[in-house]
Amino acid sequence: MSILVDQSSKVLCQGFTGEQATFHCQQAIEYGTRLVGGVTPGKGGQTHLDRPVFDTVAEAVAATGADVSVQYVPAALAADAVMEAADAGMALVVTITEGIPVLDMMRVKDYLRHRPTRLIGPNCPGVITPGQSKVGIMPGAIHAPGTVGVVSRSGTLTYEAVHQITQLGLGQSTCVGIGGDPISGTDFVEVLELFEADPGTEAVVMVGEIGGTAEEEAADFVRERMSKPVVGYIAGVTAPPGRRMGHAGAVISGGRGTAEEKFAALEDAGFAIARSPAEIGERVAEVLDHRG
Amino acid sequence: MLIHEYQAKTLLAEHGVPVPDGRAAFTVAEAVAAAEDLGGQQWAVKAQIHAGGRGKAGGVRLASSLEEVWTQAEELLERPLVTEQTGPEGRVVRRLLVERAYAFTQELYVAATVDRHRDTVVFMASGEGGVDIEEVARSRPERILQEPVDPGVGLQPFQARKLGFGLGLDWAQVRPFARILLALYDAFLARDASLVELNPLVITAEGELLALDAKFKLDDNGLIRHPELRELRDPNEEEPKEHEAHAHGLNYIALDGTIGCMVNGAGLAMATMDIIKLYGGAPANFLDVGGGTSAERVTAAFKILLSDASVEAILINIFGGIVRCDVIAEGLLGALREMELGVPLVIRLEGTNVEQGRTLLQESGLDLITAATLAEAAEKAVAAAGRQP
Repeated sequence: MSILVDQSSKVLCQGFTGEQATFHCQQAIEYGTRLVGGVTPGKGGQTHLDRPVFDTVAEAVAATGADVSVQYVPAALAADAVMEAADAGMALVVTITEGIPVLDMMRVKDYLRHRPTRLIGPNCPGVITPGQSKVGIMPGAIHAPGTVGVVSRSGTLTYEAVHQITQLGLGQSTCVGIGGDPISGTDFVEVLELFEADPGTEAVVMVGEIGGTAEEEAADFVRERMSKPVVGYIAGVTAPPGRRMGHAGAVISGGRGTAEEKFAALEDAGFAIARSPAEIGERVAEVLDHRG
Repeated sequence: MLIHEYQAKTLLAEHGVPVPDGRAAFTVAEAVAAAEDLGGQQWAVKAQIHAGGRGKAGGVRLASSLEEVWTQAEELLERPLVTEQTGPEGRVVRRLLVERAYAFTQELYVAATVDRHRDTVVFMASGEGGVDIEEVARSRPERILQEPVDPGVGLQPFQARKLGFGLGLDWAQVRPFARILLALYDAFLARDASLVELNPLVITAEGELLALDAKFKLDDNGLIRHPELRELRDPNEEEPKEHEAHAHGLNYIALDGTIGCMVNGAGLAMATMDIIKLYGGAPANFLDVGGGTSAERVTAAFKILLSDASVEAILINIFGGIVRCDVIAEGLLGALREMELGVPLVIRLEGTNVEQGRTLLQESGLDLITAATLAEAAEKAVAAAGRQP
């Protein structure tokens, strides 16, 4: 079992014919993802990577039955692309694009509020259910099918966590990168909820970072509603206040959002804490052993 | 991206926020000419640096004659101003804002910012303007009124009135107050701001509302549609290495440790800094070479690390996803053809095309310390830095 995507997911790519999209879609196809086609306005009717190209998402959905859209669209056009996918009835939209203006994301969130579409991202590596479907830019080879759910605000730090889990002979149910922007489509709590309900997930790894209060909210959720063990790590203990650490959302403002505050909230909520990013895998093995 | 007070006031005035009459000045003579041009009896001479706490630090002076303007400008310009936000070395003042001075009876605080929790713009207002608002937020949070904006319809006049009456203003004051808030919201949207703050927004002796100080922070991601605002960046306000890195599209932040770091991805870059600390070292910088990076960009990044005199060892930690390990290796070798590696270099490569990357480095014959895991890399880098004289 898994969350969000599996082998039955029919994936459409927006921005399909671009360089990044071409590279990552090729990789996704090789991984076994059911990539059914793509959208690039003005290139409808062409074929790319042996798949049909459409002018609009609505046409693409009508022709292919796609239910997941992965987006490699330039930042200035990304908000429009998310709304087009939602309008076409996509169940899941995964926006890889980095650098989307925050006011655009506000409008997007408002647009999605009364629609059934779930957005993952932006500024994220995507979603992968190992052995079934890879929707994003993560290297497929480091993953292995298993029972550990992974959710993270980061890209490469997620790969690090996943790699450690795989090296220990364990595997992942689904890995979700929720993205490093101040406003994201889906937050930790929503993904934790999905993992809690997924019979294929036995334990969860949550990788947070400085800035905002998403980790504190996740801590409350875990304390009150989660029966499965959760391993927690927070990046940014050494980050200076007031500076934006690469991710638009990773900034300690007004003394709030520090790594220490977040570690304390996680610890208090009963997370198994990895103080070192090199110990994430070990903590996972421990909580799984403990469960017997 | 932060802009100067005088630039903020120019933008806000274009949207209808009332600000004092003022001119920017880069020299003492310009400052005096500005005061003369503005007329009046009294002027404020304000140091323009990207840091708060200027008032308390003596960066805002009043002058009652043109001679005094001259003296004040001379004392401020080309000298470092140390405020509670600049660090002990301060920031050299290169620009002034000369304004007519106004007597006022009341100081208010008004701000609009992005609320990450509600996914909206939120307005904040307080009757305790002119002071450190973070202190008010900590000790008397009930004194800060909040009003979230529905992104679908924008700030509504009733919300602005609610805040105005909430601050105890009378109807004659609430009307201009509401107009100012609506103008501020216009400016926020039109310029892709992430924070606009009027502190203080004063009520003058004549009963007029006036933004005596303004802070304007632009959303870096929003700059893609505002080429004219990119011009407002002041390189003097940036650490030189950070400026250089920015020009190459790199995310770099200077820190005060001895281990130079080059990592792909912001989260992994922070985690790498953190694990260096866990092993007893201190990171010299945060550096994320980014997603779709090129060999040229890696070369530029590596040169910045090598040019940092406080760096005693370099740790490169790459987990290839979009970034391919062979591209990283090529970029490194490119930099090392042009510059000498004077410090130990620890490299950990993992992920996409890792074998090609490792082979390239091995065949180069360079003296490199390789590590298989994150922990091993940190341990070796801290040990190597410790061995440096």
